[in-house]
Amino acid sequence: MTALIGVPASFETANIPGRAGLRRAMAAEWTKLWSVRSTMWTLVATVVAVVGLCALGTGTVSPSDIIDDPTRRSLIGIFLGQLIFGVLGVLVMSAEYGTGTIRATLSALPRRPVVLTAKVLVFGAVAVVVSEILAFSAFAVGQAILSAKHAVGSKAAAAQRSQQLGVKIPHNIQALLTSGSASLGQPGVLRAVVGAGLYLAVLGLLALGLATIIRHTAGSISAFVGVVLVLPLIVQALPTSISNAVARYLPANIGLVLFSTNGTPDRVGPAFTPWTGFALLVLYTVVTLGIGCCVLVRRDA
Amino acid sequence: MIEARGLSKRFGSVLAVDDLSFDVRPGTVTGFLGPNGSGKSTTMRMIMGLDSPASGSVTVLGRRYHDLPWPLREVGGLLEAKAIHPGRSARAHLLTLARSNAISRARVDEVLELVGLSAVAGKRVGKFSLGMGQRLGIAAALLGDPGVLLFDEPVNGLDPEGIRWVRTLCKKLAGEGRTVLVSSHLMAEMALTADHLVVIGKGKLIAETSVADFVARSSRQSVRARTPAPHQLSEALTNAGGTVIADPDGSLTVTGLSAPEVGDLAASIGVAVHELTPIASLEDAFMELTDEAVEFRGGS
Repeated sequence: MTALIGVPASFETANIPGRAGLRRAMAAEWTKLWSVRSTMWTLVATVVAVVGLCALGTGTVSPSDIIDDPTRRSLIGIFLGQLIFGVLGVLVMSAEYGTGTIRATLSALPRRPVVLTAKVLVFGAVAVVVSEILAFSAFAVGQAILSAKHAVGSKAAAAQRSQQLGVKIPHNIQALLTSGSASLGQPGVLRAVVGAGLYLAVLGLLALGLATIIRHTAGSISAFVGVVLVLPLIVQALPTSISNAVARYLPANIGLVLFSTNGTPDRVGPAFTPWTGFALLVLYTVVTLGIGCCVLVRRDA
Repeated sequence: MIEARGLSKRFGSVLAVDDLSFDVRPGTVTGFLGPNGSGKSTTMRMIMGLDSPASGSVTVLGRRYHDLPWPLREVGGLLEAKAIHPGRSARAHLLTLARSNAISRARVDEVLELVGLSAVAGKRVGKFSLGMGQRLGIAAALLGDPGVLLFDEPVNGLDPEGIRWVRTLCKKLAGEGRTVLVSSHLMAEMALTADHLVVIGKGKLIAETSVADFVARSSRQSVRARTPAPHQLSEALTNAGGTVIADPDGSLTVTGLSAPEVGDLAASIGVAVHELTPIASLEDAFMELTDEAVEFRGGS
């Protein structure tokens, strides 16, 4: 019980210029994000999922396999990674409600849109950086594995076989065979890799938006899984005429188009172009966060 | 200074706070008293802008909480024990709050020292006892060195030493000219801590008064009498309109009659009285005032 403080007279107002605004809120969110273990654990789990699944997906290719789209093949782990990343996005908000910390947060920063904006900016920045590193790593690892296999792979095997048979392999088929691995210089590849990272980051923010509306961790995760995983299954089960009209709007299909380099995969059906799809995904996220913001402002904490 | 005017809050069909107006002035400890479920916490949450009132308003230092430029530097609140992420350390929790209101890191260590948590500052809050959680909550309230403090049931979970510490702290803070509002459902605790009382029941204001007045206003004062002839006296007192409870130690607790009346009656029937003590308890006063307003009553 040492010196508590100053002079009784000074308690009318705090004489500091400015106010607790976005910059302070972001500093607080940054501290909050890195002062719990779950952040690091979910990030590590996402790395394992994205890069690990990539290694599995490319490592199990047999040398004579013709790979439809080596870029997409190396980025396929994003679909598992998004689930774990979504959990992190959910926790950024739901952990505050689950533990009651939200009361302390909103006492310190009563202007609630500022709090949500700070969360979006801080988590969004971390998400983009981590996701891009992940996408490029997965791509690099995947292509390294594919090209290592391919060195003794399909082209050599085909050339030998065609010589034996005495036929000439058409040029376009030959090109397909040599595309056993991709490089960033090839058409659409850089877009696919950058897009994969952005897709992951935006889904993290979508999860944050859902959690702002729903507040409960389990409920928010369920909603997120429902949107990215269950919805596509439901759409797939619908008659083709309906699913063809609807499938292109699904986040998972937008993602699939975004990290494909050889056009739309068959199972998507008619699709948006990669960036149009991505813009739509961003729109979903902005709308979700917007609803979340209204709910945050209107409801009691 | 806290000013509540016509404050109301509805949860579904329940009117949790009903047209509540009161002032909390600087320089004294104001006890916020009411049975469980009477709307104390809801009122405190409305003061801090966490719940929005259905009608009415409440201001702190003349402003709505929402309009305070640096809320933690002007109002410190302990609303719930351990409403803190269990995975975060005590220091990290305070640091988060400090960052949000431009409060120095040095102040974080200062308040940790002040509440006696320095040794466990790096420990995760999930491992804290309820008492340690309360201390951390108090540290958070003091973080911005605010002029207004709200403590919702601060002694919950504290040991007797901790309770005395909170009591001393509240008085000290008020002595420094701060506005201190402390809620409790324990009368005895308030009698020792508060100078002034805001008493509510079922969300309505029952009394806004000093502790001394509150007790004096109670009609249900009782008298303890000790006599070698308890049966005789008991009968006489009952005939005179008093209610008598024979305590196991042989003394009588009499309500409905004043101490002089009991003494005169004993003299008139020739019974000796060895002790005659008026008992005016805050607890009784509270029970009487809130009798109508108890929300949850145990079956009897």
